[in-house]
Amino acid sequence: MESSRRNFLSATGAIALGAATPMTHARAQGAANTIRIGVLTDMSGPFRDISGPTSVVATRTAVQDFGSRGFNVEVLVADHQNRPDVGVNLVRQWIDRDGVDMVVDVPSSGVALAVNTVMRERNKVYLNSTAATVELTGAQCSPNTIHWTYDTWMLARSTGAALVRAGGQRWFFITADYAFGHSLEAQTMEFVRSAGGTVVGSVRHPFPGTTDYSSFLLQAQASRAQIVGIANAGVDAINAIKQAGEFGLMRRGQRVAGLLVFVNDVNSLGLQTAGGSVLTETFYWDLNDRTRAVTQRVLANGSPGGNRPSMGHAGCYSATLHYLKAVADMGAAAAKADGRAVIERMKAMPTDDDAFGQGSIRPDGRKLHPAYLFQVKTPQESRGPWDFYTLLQTTSPEEAFRPMAQGNCPLVRT
Amino acid sequence: MDEIFGIPAPLLFGQLLLGLINGAFYALLSLGLAVIFGMLNVINFTHGAQFMLGAFVAWALLSFLGLGYWWALLLAPLIVGAFGVLLERTMISRLYKLDHLYGLLLTFGVGLIVEGLVRNEFGSSGLPYRIPAELQGSWDLGFMFMPIYRGWVVVVAIVACLATWLVIEKTKIGSYLRAATENPALVQAFGINVPLMMTLTYGAGVALAAFAGVLAAPIYSVNPQMGANLIIIVFAVVVIGGMGSILGSVVTGFGLGIIEGLTKVFWPEASATVIFVVMAIVLLTRPAGLFGRA
Repeated sequence: MESSRRNFLSATGAIALGAATPMTHARAQGAANTIRIGVLTDMSGPFRDISGPTSVVATRTAVQDFGSRGFNVEVLVADHQNRPDVGVNLVRQWIDRDGVDMVVDVPSSGVALAVNTVMRERNKVYLNSTAATVELTGAQCSPNTIHWTYDTWMLARSTGAALVRAGGQRWFFITADYAFGHSLEAQTMEFVRSAGGTVVGSVRHPFPGTTDYSSFLLQAQASRAQIVGIANAGVDAINAIKQAGEFGLMRRGQRVAGLLVFVNDVNSLGLQTAGGSVLTETFYWDLNDRTRAVTQRVLANGSPGGNRPSMGHAGCYSATLHYLKAVADMGAAAAKADGRAVIERMKAMPTDDDAFGQGSIRPDGRKLHPAYLFQVKTPQESRGPWDFYTLLQTTSPEEAFRPMAQGNCPLVRT
Repeated sequence: MDEIFGIPAPLLFGQLLLGLINGAFYALLSLGLAVIFGMLNVINFTHGAQFMLGAFVAWALLSFLGLGYWWALLLAPLIVGAFGVLLERTMISRLYKLDHLYGLLLTFGVGLIVEGLVRNEFGSSGLPYRIPAELQGSWDLGFMFMPIYRGWVVVVAIVACLATWLVIEKTKIGSYLRAATENPALVQAFGINVPLMMTLTYGAGVALAAFAGVLAAPIYSVNPQMGANLIIIVFAVVVIGGMGSILGSVVTGFGLGIIEGLTKVFWPEASATVIFVVMAIVLLTRPAGLFGRA
């Protein structure tokens, strides 16, 4: 039963991607010369567009760009349905039955943390790109894990502090009522207060299942806050921002700040609604020649519906490429034998790829690169599809992420 | 500023009005469900997917054929209704003689398949759909800023509910329908084509869902799970109102919208739960629902 479902998922993944190579289920003790990468992602739920099939294509693009250096690489796909139990089971099967060496992507903080524990137990390599929780480099940091792309602290600092500096002193929060929303809200509040702003109120909406935000928006309006911070993600953020436009929050002088908005969400909102808002990502396809080049390759490899890569997808690309470089450096057999050693090698090597340029990995497992504050273009400013962002400000890698000393990561505690 | 229970009065009025607006959606959706259950005895779990299809057809009409909101309001219910007719003819009609559970499982499965197909084609984050130019803007009511479009939704929903009720309770076709529900064999003996009537009733119920979908498209993100999110609440509304009771589903729809709206002020975290608490209490005290016949 389980096995047929897995086959089904792999098969649908392959069909969705138009992949020419069938996915085989080789035994764990199979060819010692083959590195197996598992993309664990949301293929069917609210995070499909910000991770999902485009993450798979981005991972394949990295494998393709890496080329052949004396070992084979296979990419497997599974849908964790945003459920920690499903995610953990899939990863155990991957490791025990299919001989998977590295797991990448893993959106949804709850699943991300559950998988973190399994990967550490089994001494495999875990490169998380799309989950937001800062715990992965905090109390739950692991010698088998690198948190690649972004986290709540970085979002809070970049968007929160920038808005206060731009004159947004009084804040109101609309927050998803679960771990991710709480931590994003708490961290943003901290930055707002330390930059001299005040928090005049907040409201927590049920998660999942809230589609109508008008009541919460009305409370935000009544609070007379200058900034309404939206601390949720995916379809929830889209609905909240869309309805904020409808109820005229912006026209009445309030500024709506989506604290976690991806380029794919902006595409869905439309510039009419999203135009003028600010947000933070660590990657934008139109940032420079290298980002445009890697985006072209991802699109050419069949990102469904022409979905352009966001920072999460770029993270899958960058993480996979750096991982393969480390494997080539130490040899496939050694890499398969000891995940921890691969992570150490990855931390020792500087990173360089088309998505994020040059960067590095901290001892606590935090990948470092700049964070960009963007303003979304208005329909008049945009020159065509996916021409969405104007760069407002760049935060250096050292300042963009939480200082290692504040994270309480046991790996680096002195 | 005047306060009621520690909440500024303007805010409270605003919330009541919003509750009414959300109630309009609940009423419109539960109306279709109640019609289908009342006449066909089928618990239509595809309703959420059909609501979603209405919104997607509106989007497709605009993107591919350049037909705007007003055309969509007319055409989307017809197109999705036709899909409903096809579904009823080929599948659902085979299950009338069996237990409710079979119809429920079939429609649930079809709903999942439809949602999956749409998701595969269009992704999950949704598509943009704008409020028609005629209905953009808002009124300043003093206590709140009321988008014109939301006012329009309430008016249209009330008209649609009234029209449906009139057709079923006051017209000849309606009386045939009600008679066919009571005793199909006898009605057939009078020379009335009962299977055709069943098919058209299902089609009409589905068209109501699609109609609500078009109304929702400019407000909510047009995405594959938009129906799944709403349909659970709508089922609770139908159960509270009394399965199959048209008046019950309309009154309960508006009433629960208001209760939910007030919960969002006093205890926002519980706003998703409050409807189910009401449902549990109603089922314990009046198992047939508020307006149902035991």
